[in-house]
Amino acid sequence: MTKSTDNAVTVRNVYKNYGSTEALRDLSLDFPRGQLTSLLGPSGCGKTTLLKIIAGLLPATSGEILVNGEVVKAPGPDRAFVFQDFALMPWASVIRNVAFGLELRGVAKSEREGIAQKYINEVGLTGFEHSFPHELSGGMRQRVGLARALSVDAQVLLMDEPFSAVDEQTRRKFQEDLLGLVKNENKTFIFVTHSIEEAVYVSDQIAILLPRPSRVMEIIRPSGFRHKDVDSIRREPEYLDIVDRIWASLRSYVE
Amino acid sequence: MLAKHRANILKLVSALVVFTAWEIAGRVPVSFAFPTFFESLSAFWALLIDGTMFKAYAETLKPLVIGILISAFFGIGIGLFVGLSRSFDWLVSPIFIVMQTAPLAALIPLLVMAYGIGLTSKVFVVCIMAMPVIVLNTGGAVRNTPVNLIEMGEAFLGSRFQVIMKIILPSAFPIIFAGLRLGVSAGFIGAILSELKITPTGVGDIITYSRSIADYPSMYAAIASIIILAVLFLNVLERIENKLLQGSRKPSALD
Repeated sequence: MTKSTDNAVTVRNVYKNYGSTEALRDLSLDFPRGQLTSLLGPSGCGKTTLLKIIAGLLPATSGEILVNGEVVKAPGPDRAFVFQDFALMPWASVIRNVAFGLELRGVAKSEREGIAQKYINEVGLTGFEHSFPHELSGGMRQRVGLARALSVDAQVLLMDEPFSAVDEQTRRKFQEDLLGLVKNENKTFIFVTHSIEEAVYVSDQIAILLPRPSRVMEIIRPSGFRHKDVDSIRREPEYLDIVDRIWASLRSYVE
Repeated sequence: MLAKHRANILKLVSALVVFTAWEIAGRVPVSFAFPTFFESLSAFWALLIDGTMFKAYAETLKPLVIGILISAFFGIGIGLFVGLSRSFDWLVSPIFIVMQTAPLAALIPLLVMAYGIGLTSKVFVVCIMAMPVIVLNTGGAVRNTPVNLIEMGEAFLGSRFQVIMKIILPSAFPIIFAGLRLGVSAGFIGAILSELKITPTGVGDIITYSRSIADYPSMYAAIASIIILAVLFLNVLERIENKLLQGSRKPSALD
């Protein structure tokens, strides 16, 4: 295998300007297949912008995004998005929300609801199929968002601070579940977060972005504790070292 | 038990207060042309029994129903484009804002010169009253569709048409319906206004005729009947809305 096919997604020399403001400057980054890569950085560093460019929701000013070696410019079936604020349709039941990606693709109702049901069970929402989003807690709503992204069976999952709007306990449970998902689903995850601990806990690779203009400062690959039990990761010396190291390099950028 | 019927009891109390005030004001009397509540009620009954009321409404409802159907169909259609396109908004919205603020009574002679004293002019008056609020509400609701929902539709490969039909319209639906309700109330005003100002037919005829022979109880009965019918009509609309909107029910002061 050549090197380029080991990466599910490649970002090549991407620039993004908003008028005269430079949001991203000459940003290049590889996202290895089957792994979880975090985009970590202080607010305003362009991590969500980069994620939306990869999703095809925003056009890059110049540069290329390659998914499986092919240049992409628009959203495609190879990528699915999990939104920070869930982006659930308040008028639709859980099962319709989960099946919505398939509905837009024209999959027949019985078939798409069968698939949706499978992922509703998988994220632990069995019994809530016919509830409406406003009847669910924040954590449950994000499970709906996750099930919707999983049900279109894209190879790349783009997650924009997916756990930032849920409470701390739910967030920890989500992080554990996410590790299980990365292990079992054989998908490539691109995960935006501003939490150093979260990034180190869930990532195979962490890209630290710096703001104004955005660039990749450092790529860290935690490896020593990936195979460990989810409960013991936070006590690993390597985990603590990496968290400290990232904080040391980021602190000067936080005002 | 009491809590369950609280809304209905309060509405009943509210009606009783108004009717009592009416009865007292009629007995004082405020003016010899102001009948008591019970006089008006018996006049109402008389008009109902001899069929005058039904014949009158068969006449009044013609321009009203035609005008509201036209306003709803074109109003929602135009409003959709107003909300979707900035330039269309600038092109069209001023017309409806002028329509909404124009002194309609002063325009009626112009309408009569152009379209005569028949049904056409009356339908026009109803449309001038009902359409602006429907267009402007629909436009505003469409424009304010949450951006994250539109992005979600695009990320999951929805076409522009799908995004409009499955996301923008359902999201705007509650406010479109609110605009429709306001449009219907305005349309009622327009229908009566046209019967008073163009040619006295229907309920407008009862009002004009009873006033000319100083039969004030019948005149007030006719006016009250319009209010009752408008409230009933709005109630039906709200029932329909709640049927369609099972997801988010909200209590209201209309029934």
